[in-house]
Amino acid sequence: MTDTTQTPKKGQDFESALDKSDKNVAAFERKSKGMVDGLQHLLHLNPTLVPVMVLVASVLIFSLPMVTDGKFMTMFNLSLVMQQVSIIGILAAAQSLIILTAGIDLSVGALMIFSAVVMGLLGVNLGVPTFISLIAGFVVAIGGGLMNGLFVTRVKLPPFIVTLGTWYIFLSILRLLTGSQSIRSQDIDAEAAALKIFGSYISIGSARITFGVILMIVVFAVLWYFLNKTAWGRHVYAIGDDKEAAELAGIKTDRTLLTVYMAAGAVVGVAAWASIGRVGSISPNAFAEANLQSITAVVIGGISLFGGRGSILGPLFGALIVGIFESGLRLAGLDVQWQVFAIGWLIILAVAIDQWIRKVSA
Amino acid sequence: MTQPIIKARGLVKRYGRVTALNQADFDLMPGEILAVIGDNGAGKSSLIKAISGAVQIDEGSIELDGKPINFRTPLDARNAGIETVYQTLALSPALSIVDNMFVGREIRKQGIMGKYFKMLDNKEMARIAREKLNDLGLMTIQNINQAVETLSGGQRQGISVARAAAFGSKVIILDEPTAALGVKESRKVLELIQEVRSRGIPIVLISHNMPHVFEVADRIHVHRLGSRLCVIDPKDHSMSDAVAYMTGAKVPDQVEMA
Amino acid sequence: MKTTFTKTALLCMTAAGFVSLASGANAAAHSVSACLITKTDINPFFVKMKEGAEAKAEELGITLNSYAGKIDGDVETQIAAVETCIAAGAKGILITPSDGAALMPIITQAREAGALVIALDTPFEPATVADATFATDNFKAGVLIGEWAAAKMGDTSNAKIAMLDLNPSEVSVDYLRNNGFLQGFGVDIKDPTDIGDEDDARIVGNDVTNGNEEGGRTAMENLMQMDSGINVVYTINEPAAAGAYEALKSFGMEDQALIVSVDGGCPGVQNVKEGVIGATSMQFPLLMASMGIEAIAAFAADGTKPQNTEGLDFFNTGVELVTDEPVEGIPSITSDEALEKCWG
Ligand SMILES: Nc1ncnc2c1ncn2[C@@H]1O[C@H](COP(=O)(O)OP(=O)(O)OP(=O)(O)O)[C@@H](O)[C@H]1O
Ligand SMILES: [Mg+2]
Repeated sequence: MTDTTQTPKKGQDFESALDKSDKNVAAFERKSKGMVDGLQHLLHLNPTLVPVMVLVASVLIFSLPMVTDGKFMTMFNLSLVMQQVSIIGILAAAQSLIILTAGIDLSVGALMIFSAVVMGLLGVNLGVPTFISLIAGFVVAIGGGLMNGLFVTRVKLPPFIVTLGTWYIFLSILRLLTGSQSIRSQDIDAEAAALKIFGSYISIGSARITFGVILMIVVFAVLWYFLNKTAWGRHVYAIGDDKEAAELAGIKTDRTLLTVYMAAGAVVGVAAWASIGRVGSISPNAFAEANLQSITAVVIGGISLFGGRGSILGPLFGALIVGIFESGLRLAGLDVQWQVFAIGWLIILAVAIDQWIRKVSA
Repeated sequence: MTQPIIKARGLVKRYGRVTALNQADFDLMPGEILAVIGDNGAGKSSLIKAISGAVQIDEGSIELDGKPINFRTPLDARNAGIETVYQTLALSPALSIVDNMFVGREIRKQGIMGKYFKMLDNKEMARIAREKLNDLGLMTIQNINQAVETLSGGQRQGISVARAAAFGSKVIILDEPTAALGVKESRKVLELIQEVRSRGIPIVLISHNMPHVFEVADRIHVHRLGSRLCVIDPKDHSMSDAVAYMTGAKVPDQVEMA
Repeated sequence: MKTTFTKTALLCMTAAGFVSLASGANAAAHSVSACLITKTDINPFFVKMKEGAEAKAEELGITLNSYAGKIDGDVETQIAAVETCIAAGAKGILITPSDGAALMPIITQAREAGALVIALDTPFEPATVADATFATDNFKAGVLIGEWAAAKMGDTSNAKIAMLDLNPSEVSVDYLRNNGFLQGFGVDIKDPTDIGDEDDARIVGNDVTNGNEEGGRTAMENLMQMDSGINVVYTINEPAAAGAYEALKSFGMEDQALIVSVDGGCPGVQNVKEGVIGATSMQFPLLMASMGIEAIAAFAADGTKPQNTEGLDFFNTGVELVTDEPVEGIPSITSDEALEKCWG
């Protein structure tokens, strides 16, 4: 600091030159450095473009007659893929909320089944009115989210650890509750048919749109609205970006985080209800990898695992890409292992692209 | 004698075994520009963070307008009219310039959409942001909706200063606001500081730039080893005096002792 | 029946922590002691197994310590359990190995320490790692439902078969049931340890279900996309069968296909009763365990080791066909009879 003392006189003479300086505002616009740079910039502004492009490309490739013999590109098959991804899609929406805040939720799948099991045990086995069992299921889901959120914000534990713990906890409770035994589809029909409402569908031509698929789209639309059009959404992004800065900038970060975890819990409850319609029965053993599958959809959808970046619509495309790949590769007659293989590469590719896009700011 | 607008006594802040503030006092008078100088690690940032609610003090008292305050979060301070530009700027890189300026005080649309659906009025926020940045002469930025991470360090600092200047109603605190700025931009900030003062709002300016400090400050608070060493009048002291005090090379006269 | 589950479950929840303590504390030093190590203690199959073992041990005056992995595949907990049993000087160990290869060294050690090791339900590979294996003849279980389906159809030349398997790892129960079914149905199975190597045009395809309803439904939908005329559906277990039925129902084709399965869990038997599943092969976990305890008692008394069933490399604990539409020449029991014996 002593160097400043070598300027003993007051005022800044050297600044007098400023009067003659260029009065034009400096342009900080980047000069385009060619295609690749332009693309990198474009993707930075629109992170959802990558999954959309992959989605379109994969649909086109699998539509080729020599690949799937015309079985893939039918309205029926495409609508079937939507049905098959609907549950993971909704879970991915919940997962996105958490990942946008730079967290991760390993408990989503277990919490979903826990919630569905509660809905079923009450509504089917104990004969509680369906409406009340649904509320109970949602209480479990939102309560589970709240529990995660409290550990993260109050006890200041990393989300990975908290949700790893609650994953085990939820799994064990639901297995104890059910004795690992499924609640049969026929029993649900007889006792609480409304639990399966999201399995109903409307037909448009040969396409078959289940209420579950519509629900998935509604969930994404609602979350898109809240994340992009409200102050809450800005805060979610700001927290994921840099929590400390967000706090200093005047955001109640912990309170916002808590609402994020509860919102994710509510979405998990929605997924639980929808899953009963999708599967037909309530199985404590289903969706064992739903947490990883939802993270996969989020990552392929271009949301950064480091938080604060990406569009909520990305995971919708991410889930669809996974579904399209699985369907296409299967109809192409390839062994299941090749589906697993392809998804693995997609994940790595998606994260590599994310890293590359982030370099724009550097 | 006029009452200080902010008056702090006996502030103590410890980070584990480090004592960042050791019985520090602080006074900010209405309408003045108070410079805070001190070595690296002297505790300047800790002092203003204690005032702005960003850290919780272990001991001591802070008064605003004669009333004791206890800000739990920066938001509390902001609601009381105290705006701060932190040394770290507190900007969210991935959010746009407008979003950053309005974070935590977003403007909602009029009518049903705003009231029940909490929809933001992006147009209005962009308009105000553009206006504020223009005032600051910081419109060297092409697109007000571009992400902050695509700005240079100096431009970011400009955004942060503009945010504080735009919304501060009672006190504005600037922690090294010109550290990363170019000559021209530094000048703009100094002009802005004087402009804000002319509105009657007092300013706390932390800076290592002695010429700047001596140019704009009404009083200079010298911070050393976690507490206020003295307050000097820039008209009566030279820069070398100030530097000598803050480095411990010279002990200020008893009269000036705080 | 369902409510009893819930009640038991709630009881379990409160008592969960004490159960393991209690079973450990019962160990007396002098009498013959035995260990039961299951894959998990929440799956009704293993719960039934434990019941059978406990009842028989009580009857024969054997001290039984029960252990279980936390989840299927949790081999570390099983290894630790075997170590505990060796240290406790157990005369015999009944184990359903989560991972035969990983357990092999410690099992060998247990045998060297003088314990009789019997694999229950799941054989080691090779089976000779253990002194004996008491298991369901999964191949036979498959053959029974295959024969039943073929007899039910009469003319099998127009069959379109969907094969809903377990998971991509092709474990033994998976290929045994799969190939058993195909052989029973009259398909040339080629390699009996390989899934999907058949070239019979009647097979529409194979897909995996992970043994649950969700997987069963998705897999069935997938195969229906390959050929919507599927009329025979083999499933690895009853939950997968229930899922397959849901898929068929959503296509409005639940009457076009015969669904067959393996297991004999109570919900599965109930599904046979309600016509969801045409026939299922029932296995007997309770019997596996009680016979295992008897074998340990015999070994402790005079050192005799159990013999394998003729022609097999394990001791067959039996399998019965459950169907309400019996066919000539294949012995079966009705769903009502089966509900008396089902597990879970
Ligand atoms: N979050 C923290 N955790 C631990 N120690 C801290 C923390 N913040 C500050 N300190 C310590 O407190 C002391 C004062 O730091 P402070 O940031 O207030 O100094 P400063 O005067 O602002 O310095 P500079 O001129 O470098 O900005 C330093 O010794 C620093 O190491
Ligand atoms: Mg500082």
